[in-house]
Amino acid sequence: MMDLRELYQDIILDHGRHPRNFRALEHPTHSAKGYNPLCGDRVTIYLQLDGDRIEDVSFDGRGCAISTAAASLMTEVLKGKTLAQAHALFERFRAAVTGSDPGELPETLSEDAERLEPLTGVKAFPVRVKCATLPWHAFEAALKGDADPVKTE
Amino acid sequence: MSALSRREVATNRAHFDARRLRREFPIFTNHPELVFLDSGASAQKPRAVIEGLAEFYANDYANVHRGVYQLSARSTDRFEEAREKVRAFLNAADEREIVFVRGATEAINLVAQSWGVSRLRAGDEIVISDLEHHSNILPWQQLCARCGIRLVVAPTDNTGGFDLAAFKALLSPRTRLVAVTHVSNVTGALLPVERIVRLAHDRGARVLIDGCQAVPRMPVDVQALDCDFYAFSGHKAYGPTGTGVLYGRYELLAAMPPWQTGGGTIEHVAYEHTDFAPPPQRFEAGTPDIAGAVGLGKALDFIEALGRGHILEHEEALTGYAVDRLSRMPGVQLLGAGQRQLSVLSFDLVGVHPHDVGTVLDQHQVAVRVGHHCAQPLMDKLGLAGTVRASLGIYNDEADIDRLIAAIAAAQEMFQR
Repeated sequence: MMDLRELYQDIILDHGRHPRNFRALEHPTHSAKGYNPLCGDRVTIYLQLDGDRIEDVSFDGRGCAISTAAASLMTEVLKGKTLAQAHALFERFRAAVTGSDPGELPETLSEDAERLEPLTGVKAFPVRVKCATLPWHAFEAALKGDADPVKTE
Repeated sequence: MSALSRREVATNRAHFDARRLRREFPIFTNHPELVFLDSGASAQKPRAVIEGLAEFYANDYANVHRGVYQLSARSTDRFEEAREKVRAFLNAADEREIVFVRGATEAINLVAQSWGVSRLRAGDEIVISDLEHHSNILPWQQLCARCGIRLVVAPTDNTGGFDLAAFKALLSPRTRLVAVTHVSNVTGALLPVERIVRLAHDRGARVLIDGCQAVPRMPVDVQALDCDFYAFSGHKAYGPTGTGVLYGRYELLAAMPPWQTGGGTIEHVAYEHTDFAPPPQRFEAGTPDIAGAVGLGKALDFIEALGRGHILEHEEALTGYAVDRLSRMPGVQLLGAGQRQLSVLSFDLVGVHPHDVGTVLDQHQVAVRVGHHCAQPLMDKLGLAGTVRASLGIYNDEADIDRLIAAIAAAQEMFQR
């Protein structure tokens, strides 16, 4: 039996129960919806961009503890980042949760990567990886200006 | 006789011993700690079915209805024997009323595409219930979009149960078909199908019943029900995947055009015109799942040896036990409680997402289904993203329910601290 506490670490349970930045932005410059048809989870990501810097980011919707915590932690690390830094963090995160080579990350982002570390427990639970990446895919879709919800399936 | 010895069957009749019966299912030998509570999605297979498939391929296999050689004749006999078993199992009047399909989904699509397209006109209405699986919604929805028919949905009452009065009020002279489930795949509610059929027939409407959850669990007699179509999936009835059955009243089938055409469906083909074969061959285009049908016959033998009355008794008693345990747990909201439920129990764990519950239960080796159960309109109506669903089979017993309860308690302990 894999240890469930590897997946549901205290920080995940905390962010799952009390998500940060859980609200809609009134006038977002970008937004997009994410949808997981497997479980019906929905998330909307709102962005306020100033040039290529993320001035504000928030989310709402309904989801499991993993996707809610992933969205909450994502909004925390993305605030104030440039788009290039955000992409680098997503690449790093995706590699970590799928168990592939995470590659190099600039020194300046190592603290943020560490903040996302508790979510990497999902790699032992393959059916839950999509829960953790859903908000990130919605974030990317918001930047691309996708009108249709981004889906995990 | 199936792999069960006569003595074991006699023992089962005297006292339905699920634990002992489990020995007939190799999956439980290979996974001794598994608590399988997802038979509503698909049932595990008894040795009689697994070995029956291999035995048929090894001894009697060839294509059917084609060859003049003895082996092909033998294969055809076994395929048609399986059809006769299905006929007897449903107590249909005639084995030509039994069409082999890939599953209930295909059976319903067949009726929609053949009977529906040829018989229905703009302005006609199809009545379904609020408790339907997507497979008994989408074929009608697509048909409606194509033919200008109206889809009418009979609402459930405030407990999530079928509301006969509301259903009756929706019937009109425009109603041409009523398509309802026999047992809900979400709440386990048993629908009053006999009364539904009578009410529909009084209005001159035809009735299709989705029997997926009923067939493995209770006696089903299509003549007594007096329904026009009855569909079920073989894999939910302990048979192989890729098998299913459409029962249709013969005079209806005989007047229906083929929906898929090809080899096996014809009497004579010329480029100008084709004479199609009578039912059931008219609806079985291409080489059918021959071994699957034989395997389904083995599964039905297995069920009959146990006795459907005994299975129903066992599963109703176990359902009662589970309902009692679940409804006494704080924070557990059982759907459809208070009405007659059979073997399918959906619940919401207050404050815990079903997906998280599923992962915790899986870690306790309790296999359940979480999500919308292919019934999104019902979930939306109940205001739920999804539920946790435990569904029973003949191999489950009270110890399985106890393990489920313990695993739910562990999930609550983790998420509700």
